[in-house]
Amino acid sequence: MSKITLVEAVNQALEYEMAHNNNVIILGEDVGKNGGVFRATLDLQSKFGEERVLDTPLAESMIVGTAVGMATQGLRPVAEIQFMGFIYPAFDQIINHASRLRNRTRGRLHCPLVIRAPYGGGIHAPEHHSESTEALFAHVPGLRVVIPSSPLRAYGLLLAAIRDNDPVLFLEPKRIYRMVKQEVPNKGEALPLDECFVLRSGTDITLVTWGAMVHETMKVAESLALQGVEAEVIDVATIKPLDIDTILQSVEKTGRCVIVQEAAKTCSVGAEIAAQIAEQGLLYLCAPIQRVSGFDTVMPLFKLEDYYMPSENRIYSAVKQTMEFA
Amino acid sequence: MSRVAAFEIEYVQYMDESGQALADLPNWATEVESLEHAYKWMLLTRLFDAKAVALQRTGQMGTYASCLGQEAIGAAIGLAMHPNDVFVPSYRETGAQLIRGSRMRDILMFWGGDERGSNPPIANQDFPVAIPIASQCLHAVGVATAFKYRKQNRIALCAIGDGATSQGDFYEAINLAGVWKLPVVFLVSNNQWAISVPRAAQSASQTLAQKAIAAGIDGVQVDGNDYIAMRDTLDQAIEKARSGNGATIIEALTYRLSDHTTADDASRYRSAEEVEVYKQKDPLLRLERHMRVAMGWDEGKQQSLKEQCQQQIEEEIQAYLTAEAAPPTEMFDYLYESLPKVYLKQRQQLFDEWQQHLGAREETVDTDVKESDHV
Ligand SMILES: Cc1ncc(C[n+]2csc(CCOP(=O)(O)OP(=O)(O)O)c2C)c(N)n1
Ligand SMILES: [Mg+2]
Repeated sequence: MSKITLVEAVNQALEYEMAHNNNVIILGEDVGKNGGVFRATLDLQSKFGEERVLDTPLAESMIVGTAVGMATQGLRPVAEIQFMGFIYPAFDQIINHASRLRNRTRGRLHCPLVIRAPYGGGIHAPEHHSESTEALFAHVPGLRVVIPSSPLRAYGLLLAAIRDNDPVLFLEPKRIYRMVKQEVPNKGEALPLDECFVLRSGTDITLVTWGAMVHETMKVAESLALQGVEAEVIDVATIKPLDIDTILQSVEKTGRCVIVQEAAKTCSVGAEIAAQIAEQGLLYLCAPIQRVSGFDTVMPLFKLEDYYMPSENRIYSAVKQTMEFA
Repeated sequence: MSRVAAFEIEYVQYMDESGQALADLPNWATEVESLEHAYKWMLLTRLFDAKAVALQRTGQMGTYASCLGQEAIGAAIGLAMHPNDVFVPSYRETGAQLIRGSRMRDILMFWGGDERGSNPPIANQDFPVAIPIASQCLHAVGVATAFKYRKQNRIALCAIGDGATSQGDFYEAINLAGVWKLPVVFLVSNNQWAISVPRAAQSASQTLAQKAIAAGIDGVQVDGNDYIAMRDTLDQAIEKARSGNGATIIEALTYRLSDHTTADDASRYRSAEEVEVYKQKDPLLRLERHMRVAMGWDEGKQQSLKEQCQQQIEEEIQAYLTAEAAPPTEMFDYLYESLPKVYLKQRQQLFDEWQQHLGAREETVDTDVKESDHV
């Protein structure tokens, strides 16, 4: 089996599900003939036709609002927002409709739709193309927010997202779209939503992260191992709803926790995780929880982006402080 | 049954593809200086644009949106507006930005990933380039609302693409411009493509200009590769707005001869033949041909103008390439008027990381230490 990248795994999952379910329909800007600006929908229009892979006019509120309507009819739209920075015109549709139609109608209507969007920094993109604003969406009741961090998880989680009967925002860390390759069996096997993945087990400290930062975090964990510190690394994967139990079990074991995220610090997903650990696991802790994150600034244009993004060094020094705390 | 509404959309063109006048030209267009001046900016824009693409290709700049083929629009905007009007641009109006006072180094800086490029040394209140499509349409009507409130003799000009006319923000803006009779001009550069989506897949409307009808404002279509038509149409729309007679949508028909940006590959979705057809409609060729026939423009003048432009461009590129880097801490310095106390600690952390990084870099040079090998 050949190895594929994360973006190819997205494509493979879309293709698998379209081949097995006629209700799956893709819509978005440049998703058809062009195959998406990152080629996530490459060749899908030629395989499944223009009726199932729809190049829309340029309007994000239209894309998501239309997907809501389609979803109520039993279709399973997978809407692409070209970059997360352009999702905001659709905020109203996501918050006021997609996420609450089930509740508003006491279950009579629901929204089995997926909104895919590349997100995050580190690829030297233009303005508005690099932010990590997942926390804005994790705050919304009724919405799922899922972030894969490897080709395998991209494939399995996207299948799960499409099959789920509620709306899912599927955020793809574009910095790692082509960073690693894995063998991804194309058997249509979904991975569970709403569960963290323990990527590395350890007894000394818990490192909680998601998306592209999984890679820096794993590197730090490997280098800690050389110094005799065994870190447990957790990929949150579904940031909403949050599987706090897996995190708490780990913190109970290690007594120390560092949360690593690319997003700005204040009111972030990291803040939520820290709060829940404080609520339910305060007495497990031997050191204060630390958050390693981007700064509370506007995401800078790319000349300065490396200074914004959490580096291995930034993670490492937070871990060191946490380990050294008596 | 009776008819309650009817409309027509005018198309403005003064020159055919060979530069031949099709109608009596406006007076200003018979003056050598006016046309030479415009041509100078168009040529500068084209040569600079090509250099910007080359800088990206050689890793010296980030993603760039070329305006190749759309230079007549940029020149007309830049030359028709008054200095104290407000320009609210899209990302493909390099030509107009240059005339409005951005230096080439500023434009390179912006696309080179440096915020300082959006702060050119200009006295006007022009907006920075808007990347979120059509969002700037609303800023333009807001600016125009302020002008109207203060009874100022100023106008706002908003530049967008054909794809932008599908956005809600565009409709909201033109609607408001109609009901409040605002001094604003919407310039739609219809370059036939929104990345890979052709104009026909964007709207079933016969023209984009006619979107004005629903908003109760004027709409006109113009040959956007014909500088004289472009300028004349803009002059009229601006004058109308300035004198309190409301807004206009100008649909400028043009063609994006380049890829969407340097990150795009247009050959995936459009044919080389189509591009060839539009190359014949080139705005520079057309104006040059016209000037040769009507005003004695010649090869000598053409060459010396070209050299002059190239020298200017070289100087600006050097200024860009040798500009001192901004301190990373700048990312905190323009968040608020003054930085709230709680962020001082984060700023300090960034400062320390920066110093450490600089130190580490020197060390690497000094002692030839390898990248940490724990990775
Ligand atoms: C709100 C928003 N959605 C999507 C994008 C991504 N995008 C950048 S340019 C573009 C096409 C714009 O086409 P058009 O308005 O015709 O302008 P042109 O690029 O042709 O000048 C798209 C979809 C964006 N920048 N903003
Ligand atoms: Mg266009």
